[in-house]
Parts: sequence; C-alpha cells; structure tokens
Amino acid sequence: MQAKTRRTTRAKSIDRAPSDRVDVCVIGSGPAGALIAYTLAERGHDVVVLDAGKRFDPANRERRMEMALRPGHDFVDVWEMGGRRDRYTVSGDRFYQLNRTRVKGIGGSTLHWVGMTPRLHEKDFEMRSRYGLAADWPIDYADLRPYYAAAERELGVAGAEDNPFAPPREEPYPLPAFPPSHSDSIFADACEEIGIQMHSAPQARNSEAYDGRSQCAGYGTCMPVCPAGAKYSADVHVRKAEAAGARVVDRAAVQRLRHDESGEYVESAVYVTPAGETHAQRADAFAVCCGGVETPRLLLLSESDAHPDGLANSSGAVGRYFMEHPSVSTTAELDQDTRQHHIGFPTSESHQFYDHEEPRPGSFTLEFQNTAGSDVHGYDGGGGMGGILAPLYGAEWGDDLLETMRDRYGNTVAVSATAEQLPDAESRVTLDRSTSDEFGNPVPNIEWRVGSHAVETLEHALSIHRNIVDRIDGTITGQTDPRTPGTVAHHLGTTRMGDDPDESVVNARLRTHDVRNLYLASGSVFVTGGAMPPTLTIAALSLKAADHIDSAL
Amino acid sequence: MARLDDRASESGAFTARDLDVLLATADVVYPSAVSVTEEFIETYSVGRVQDREVYRTGMKRAIADVNAYAGRYTGTPFPDLAPSARDQVLREMGVDRVQPEPEGTVPEQVRYYLVNELLYALYSTPTGGELVGLENPPGYAGGLESYQQAPEDRPADE
Repeated sequence: MQAKTRRTTRAKSIDRAPSDRVDVCVIGSGPAGALIAYTLAERGHDVVVLDAGKRFDPANRERRMEMALRPGHDFVDVWEMGGRRDRYTVSGDRFYQLNRTRVKGIGGSTLHWVGMTPRLHEKDFEMRSRYGLAADWPIDYADLRPYYAAAERELGVAGAEDNPFAPPREEPYPLPAFPPSHSDSIFADACEEIGIQMHSAPQARNSEAYDGRSQCAGYGTCMPVCPAGAKYSADVHVRKAEAAGARVVDRAAVQRLRHDESGEYVESAVYVTPAGETHAQRADAFAVCCGGVETPRLLLLSESDAHPDGLANSSGAVGRYFMEHPSVSTTAELDQDTRQHHIGFPTSESHQFYDHEEPRPGSFTLEFQNTAGSDVHGYDGGGGMGGILAPLYGAEWGDDLLETMRDRYGNTVAVSATAEQLPDAESRVTLDRSTSDEFGNPVPNIEWRVGSHAVETLEHALSIHRNIVDRIDGTITGQTDPRTPGTVAHHLGTTRMGDDPDESVVNARLRTHDVRNLYLASGSVFVTGGAMPPTLTIAALSLKAADHIDSAL
Repeated sequence: MARLDDRASESGAFTARDLDVLLATADVVYPSAVSVTEEFIETYSVGRVQDREVYRTGMKRAIADVNAYAGRYTGTPFPDLAPSARDQVLREMGVDRVQPEPEGTVPEQVRYYLVNELLYALYSTPTGGELVGLENPPGYAGGLESYQQAPEDRPADE
C-alpha cells in the first residue's frame, strides 16, 4: 500500500523520495516499462516506475506541434531533448544523431514516433536456421503470437487482413484500417502491372475512437507530435498503471543498479532527483526498460567487483550488436496533383519482398508515403524541420512566397524502403569515459555499422523503386545512396536474448542470465532486427516479461 | 535551447494599436489573394496565443520594435504607412535576411514573432492551404476525408 500513499501525496508537492521496498521497480516509462508496470499493478503488485524524463502535459501538445512546424526551433526542442543530461559521442564512419531518435519523458519515444505496428515474421526469429545468417532467437513467432494479439489490443492497432504476406493471426485487428490515400491510388495500377501487391499498413492510431481516445483528427504531424492523442503513446499505460496503484516518479535519473553481496540479486536502483538528492529504490525484482542505448549503458555503469565488465555482462555482449533499420527513399515528380501532407502517416505498403528464399538480398518493406516533398511549411513530415527550403525561412513573403509554395507543392510522390541489417559485434554502444553527463557519468558512445547485407538489400529495393516510378511516368528527383542510408530511430540488439549465457544477456524469459531478479524489456533484447518497426514486438515482449516477473514474485 | 513555456496568463492583452500593426503586417506578408480581416487575425493569431504569456510578450515586443523603427525613419506609425512603405520598413530592418529566432536579435524576433507568426496562422489553416492546393495543411485538424480525395473531387472544384 506504500505506493498508493506516495501517489496521492505527489499531487500536492512532488515527492521523489523512494517508497519502502516494493515488489517491482521499473526503470523507464516507454511502452515496455508502461506495459510491465500496468500489467503487474493490475495483478496486485506494488510497482514503482522511475524515469529520467519529465511529465509532459498533454494540454500543451498543440504548442509542441507548432514548435515542430515553425522554423526557429530544433527538432529535439519539441520534447526537450539535448543538453548535459543527454550528451553522447559517436565513433566510426557514420555520425548518429542519437537525440533526434529518442525522447526521455513519461511515455518515452512513443511521444514522437510515427506509430507503425506490424508484427515480425516467422523468419525473423530463425535467421540462422533458415539462411545460415546471424543467430536464431530462443523463442519463435508462435511463442510471441498471443502476446502480439494482446499488444495490438493494448495499443489499439488499426489494420486489415488484406496483407497476404503477413504472418498468421488469430483475430481481427482491434480497429479498421485507414483507407488508402489518393497518392496510394497513383501507385496501385503501376504496382499491379509489375506484380507488386500493395496492402494496408497496421498502426497504433485510432481510425475511430478507442480506449477513451479520439479518432485521428488529421493534424498531419504524427511525428513528432499528435495533438489529438489519437496516436498511441505510452503515457496512456502510465496513467493506467497509476490508476491501478503504481507509483510513477518522473525526473528520477537512475545512475546505477546496486546488487547484494552475492552479486546474484539487484538490491536497489540508485537515482538522482532534480533537487540533487540521491535515493535508492529497493525492490524484489527490477525491470530495465530504457531502450537500446540507455539499457546497456545502465548495466555498464553498474560495474562492480562481482561484475567488473558491467552488470549481467559475463557474456561481453552488453552494448554489442547495435542495430538500426537502414532506409532509403526515392522521390519523383509527376504531371499531376498527388495530394501530399494531408495526414502524417502512410496508408499503404508492401511486404512482398520480406520472406525471401535466398539469404541475400535480405528483407525489406516498401512504404508509399503521404508526406512526399515540401508542404506549405516546408515540413518534411519525417523528423526534420524542412531545412533551408522551408518557405518560412526565406526572404519572400506576399505573392512571391505563394508562388514559391505553389512551385514546390503538389506533384511529388515518394516511396521508401526499410531493410534488415545483420547483427555485428563491433556495431555497439560503449561508455565514453572522456565525457560526462550532468551527473558525472560517462556518456554513451555510439558506433553504428550498417554492413554489406543491408546495403545490398537497399540497392535491390532502389531498383524496385525505379521500376515503380517508371510505370507511373514519374521523373526521379532524388534517391538515397544505399551506402549512407537513413535511419528510422530504432535501437536494437544491445542486450540480446539467447539460451547460451556465454553469447547473450537475457534468456527467453527476459531475465538476465547473471542476475536472478533483473529483467530487461526493450528493443535491446532483439537478436535480429528484421525490417519491421519494432514497437509492437517490444510491447509483446514486455507483456511476456510481465508474465514471467509475475510468476517469479 | 528553446523550451516550451508552460506559463499561462490573461495579462498583457493586445491593444487596438497592436492589432492595427498585426493587420498592417498581414497586409504586406499575406498574398494579395487573401483579404486580411480582423476576425481572421483574432481567431488564428491572437486567439491561438491568448494563454501564452511569454509568447504574447514576444509578439508585443516585435510589434513595438516595428512601430518604433517606422517612427524613427519615416516619422509615421507603421500602420499608417502605405503598403509599399511597410514592406520597405521590414526589409530595411533586415527581417527578410535573417532566420526566425525567438531569443535572437530584433530583426530575428520580428521575423519570428510577427512575420512568421502571421504566416503560420495563415498557412496552417485551410484559408492559406487552399491557395496552394492543400485544404488540410499540417497543423490543422482537418479530418480524414481530404487525403483520400482525388484532385477532381476536392470540394472547391465541385
């Protein structure tokens, strides 16, 4: 009952002192942490959630949207990322804009995600068995299948069973799919002619009112802000967890996990408050749900005599196998209006090239964009602020500005592709001991390696793009170089799952091999990344982890 | 780093003279196809920022700066100048050559709090979006119909 007492006092003055020993301490309040906290609180456990970020008032989302749309603000300003708290460094050939790809706050990075929620395919769990590539997961699609269905209900996924390439499912989507766009219809005939089947795109966005949240209002700014709250974000389950009795402490930056004398059990999570106070939250079990960068970092920061290379890192795998989803896009101009930027999300895609027969090229998805080219603000709808081409940056106004806008808007289309990359032990997150964050801790260093498998896959995808554009009589105006692909803000693989403690960090129950009461739930446990957006899989894994924590308590 | 300011206040309301400057600026920076009305400015600009004290203060400061500049160099308050003279005042201030910056120099703030404020108010609504062929522009909650419509099905063409 301690947690409930604390929660009621928080409204008067924020009390960030620890609760008495609780059943479960969850670190991180993104979708993984929020779902674990909610599930376990519903089952009667005392739960405390600690998050380094703040609570954002949903009433301010229109103003955050305005920040995203208007020049004069950086993309990371929208959700207040950056500064000493969020310092990082980068090694290797590629710069990685880490703070553009994550949000620290109640709800985590789902505050700014687009919201796409396909399932992984069966083959993604069996890359070694099927293709002799990378490694198999210790679980397969069938193990996760009921959790996928539960996750779709929790997040409120809109979809249709019109995708012949999708893995088997047991029940309809909770919400009907969004109808295809006019822009999709431009691609449809051409794709049919060359044998590419388009289908709807499952997403955690309300195509009709669901779970107390409104239907999509068409603001067109899903990433980085949905002012309507129609796009799922994990603050939804944080509120549900609190209603079920969990205590959620924001701006509680966990510094390290402290273990007992045996080194086999975590005793407490040590955190610092904005007032500079250091506290230790004790619990019977701990769930670290901090994504693919901060999860391994916290383990590395928790090194001790018993765990000299970092907590739960006897395998040496903590921080290794960092994967993203490399992506490319092709932009083209047509001799017709294409009706872009009315909404901020895709409505059609194709998974036809996902379940390949040969090892190479690998899986990729095709996404037909509804946000191609510049809109009236120059907003690119994909995490940028429109750059120097944004009309509101320029020297023009009045009729001259309108003429420029008319020239730039109207006849552009874009198709993109997201590819799987294989895990590489040298693609990794480490501690940079030469640079400190605001708490004096070494910052994360990112070294992301794309790998030839992904580049070859993206080259294949771009050839498909060219074929499609040719069929719609388009003129290509831009294509991504597959050797320097884009990223889509997915952090995977850095505390991989496996049966062998010498090769992996967590087992099939999401518990670390080395520490008996420490669970990890995030994209960090992925063994391979597939080419699908990972959030639904993260949610499914988290519901699975909650079951295992529940049974262990 | 610019942070969203959460403070709300009723104080510092716009005066009639402030509105005159907003209208006079809109008359310059909006395309000639738009008839600038007080109702539009009050709904999409003044109304949008009514509970944003810091932002409104920035707008009032930019309004005062433009007025002061006009008075100093032309001897006439900004709203009383001819449209071409108002355009010239803004350009002589450098507002067309700077990036919008809410915490920047005077011209940068005028660009952000006055010119871009008005442009955002216009082009994030169908009034401005339709001029470009985008009746549901980003920033406007225009629903889920227009993205499905072919150009020939647009309401304006019916």
